[in-house]
Amino acid sequence: MNLILFTFIVLLGFTSYYFGRKKAYTIQSTKKRLTALPQFYGYYLAIWCAIPAFIIFSLWAIFEPTIVKLLILSDYSNQGYLDDELNLLYEKSKALSRGQFTGEITPFIEASAEKYLSLRSVAQSSKVVIVLSAIIASVAYAYKRISSNSRTREPVEKFLNAVLFTASLAAILTTVGIVFSLIFQTIDFFKVIPLFDFVFGTHWYPAKAFVRDSSEALDPTMYSDTFGAVPIFAGTFFIAFIAMCVAIPIGLMSGIYLAEYASTKVRQYAKPLIEILAGIPTVVYGFFAALTVGPFLKELGTSMGLEVSAESALAAGGVMGIMIIPFISSLSDDVITSVPQSLRDGSYAMGATKSETIKRVIFPAALPGIVGSILLGVSRAIGETMIVVMASGLAANLTLNPLESTSTITAQIVVILIGDQAFGDPKTQAAFALGMSLFLVTLCLNIVALRVVKKYREKYE
Amino acid sequence: MNKNKEQLLNKRYKAEQRFRLYGLSAIFMALLFLTIFIFKIFSTGYSAFQKTWLIVPVTFDAELMMLDQNPSKQDLQDADYYDIALKSMADLDPNANEDQENELKRMVSYFFEKEIKNELLNDPNLIGKTKEVYLTASDDLDQVFKGNYPRDLPEDQRRVSDYQLKIFDQLVANGKVESKFNISFFTNADSREAELAGIASSFMGSIFSILVCLMIAFPVAVLAAIYLEEFAPKNRFTDFIEVNINNLAAVPSIVFGLLGLGVLLAIFQLPRSTPLVGGITLSLMTLPTIIIAARASLKAVPPSIREAALAMGASRMQTTMHHTVPLSMPGTLSGTIIGLAQALGETAPLILIGMVAFVNTIPGSPMDPAASLPVQIYIWAESAERGFVEKVSACIMVLLGFLIIMNLFAQIIRHKFEKKWS
Repeated sequence: MNLILFTFIVLLGFTSYYFGRKKAYTIQSTKKRLTALPQFYGYYLAIWCAIPAFIIFSLWAIFEPTIVKLLILSDYSNQGYLDDELNLLYEKSKALSRGQFTGEITPFIEASAEKYLSLRSVAQSSKVVIVLSAIIASVAYAYKRISSNSRTREPVEKFLNAVLFTASLAAILTTVGIVFSLIFQTIDFFKVIPLFDFVFGTHWYPAKAFVRDSSEALDPTMYSDTFGAVPIFAGTFFIAFIAMCVAIPIGLMSGIYLAEYASTKVRQYAKPLIEILAGIPTVVYGFFAALTVGPFLKELGTSMGLEVSAESALAAGGVMGIMIIPFISSLSDDVITSVPQSLRDGSYAMGATKSETIKRVIFPAALPGIVGSILLGVSRAIGETMIVVMASGLAANLTLNPLESTSTITAQIVVILIGDQAFGDPKTQAAFALGMSLFLVTLCLNIVALRVVKKYREKYE
Repeated sequence: MNKNKEQLLNKRYKAEQRFRLYGLSAIFMALLFLTIFIFKIFSTGYSAFQKTWLIVPVTFDAELMMLDQNPSKQDLQDADYYDIALKSMADLDPNANEDQENELKRMVSYFFEKEIKNELLNDPNLIGKTKEVYLTASDDLDQVFKGNYPRDLPEDQRRVSDYQLKIFDQLVANGKVESKFNISFFTNADSREAELAGIASSFMGSIFSILVCLMIAFPVAVLAAIYLEEFAPKNRFTDFIEVNINNLAAVPSIVFGLLGLGVLLAIFQLPRSTPLVGGITLSLMTLPTIIIAARASLKAVPPSIREAALAMGASRMQTTMHHTVPLSMPGTLSGTIIGLAQALGETAPLILIGMVAFVNTIPGSPMDPAASLPVQIYIWAESAERGFVEKVSACIMVLLGFLIIMNLFAQIIRHKFEKKWS
């Protein structure tokens, strides 16, 4: 129904465009000068068609459900039902009217489902009438207004500019959305669990909170020693550290080789091949780590008499390191190639070998950029989810032994939120609190890294 | 003195060579990882494209099927196939006792009754006759036939009994076991049984999510890029937008999952587990990637084009829409495809918005619950059954195939249509 209406409005838009242009041609044929190209007259009318439609549609979408609900529930509001019960009954009758209801059908639900359907159809038809009459009125008004000396290009371009500007707000809206979705749950979480316990507690057993009845859930003493995030933060940084131990030497050296030594031919093939590593989905790395690397390390460890967990931090961190190699190699490659040739020439003129030039001249000059690329790599390692979920353990051990299993922020979020969640449960809120800390940590890393790289670029450009 | 100098020089040259070798070996290591990786996936995954069938003679006994004389199509639909299916499996070993008959039944998939039914529906004249029917082997026997199953384990640690192996070996010896291309892997939805599980539902889920993502992210990102590159005044606010975009491009994907869960599901009450929500979440993630690519390609259009258009009397909006934007489209499009390829491989945010639910139907619209290819990989990788290991690898091969095609496509657009300004 909405789709048909929408198509109809689009058709109306095209028609008004056609009429606007036609009017412009008529004006032109009377030898009067137009102030804009004829199509602008058309666009002008089409915009006058789109704006009222858009406004009415969005108002409808916002208010229709609330008003329908109020109308239905107003009949029952003074019969002694609790608000929650009424809400539930309303949801049930909605489901019934869609034919998706499976429970017991009471007369109350049936009656309100019928009422719901009739109200909806009234709402639909009034929407059609209102939208169409609003469009016709506004287009007719605009049509009357355009004459030879009316301005049409400026308003059309202003409108387009406004649309472009709105689109550019999407990035800000997304950031606001992220903060918004995290902050309320996080605040609720810290109402139950003191911030101090979260940041400095050393025991993390969210499963303990889960078995509790929701009616008891507000007693904070029950959660003491349940949501201590130290093991998780430690595990996160530990695995990221292992990953960087793999990624920095390999990534940096291959970046240097590609930038300074490799012939154009080698560069042409090696660079995209290494970048394939960045394009492989992380879940695939996770499978690889869990299926191949984990068991391999376990066997290797057993043969050397070491006890290695099948889900060791080493397996997850190592594979994560492989994933990060291309980020570091291509960023440091870029950074090194943008070091001015004059620095190299100066060094060679003093008799330095190539490696000495790289180590003593180019590397220090490129250091800020390289540090920036490493920081971006660290941020990626901290935020990486699937490898850890699949290859490292899910129990939060506080350990610095790379052969044991540890857990990370991201893995805990997934463990808590997989399956059904109940909002308002401290366990779910804990996941959002973890998400908030993850967001803040990576935000700081990103801002510092991006600033460092930008400063560096400005220096040599 | 001179000798000393020569030694020093030699040392420096050696150091030079060593350094060069480090660099070379770093590249070699990175490529080695890539090779091992691809080899491992292919060597475990290729066998999933084959499926093992047992060829079992089935007698279509009208009495056992409770069929009257001259049954109609509907009668055939409603007939009882379980008994003849069971009997034909039990007949594989005439001396079998009751336990063994049960084991014989478990040599084929749960689907065997339906396979026999389809055989009869295709050819109703079979009633009263015996025909050899292809039945899907159970996933354990499938693995045995492909040589992936350790037969030398003690019996109590295997899911295949010695008795089943004995009968199976007899069937193999008689040529009654066949391996054919696994069509059902591409046409079936997910299943708890490895031998029946396919990627159709997760594939459709991925397609729908990517389409939703494209429809939201592409227009918004291109419009935003046009504004920021061509119209935005240089002030604090646009700087702020810019910082936001660059930062969003580096925010961990799981945070977007929390956004989808906390805003799209909890506040807007959109349906859980659907590609619609998945696509919206992915579009927020892809947005910065496309904006950055689109801005770069707008920047690459030389100012002379704009100046020429302005000199001819075009307004700024006309200059942008008629000249700059069309010229920048190839770069924007290839950036978009690369962004979509990233979104296609994304798993964590989709898990959080519930696309990890077990879905055994093929979704017909973005509003139906579905999984996606990477999530399917995760689901299968977490399941303990041996038969799923090769399925995971095969699913990875399909996913990687798609990513390669998308990236090639992006390359082609870039090289073929992008204008080189010099």
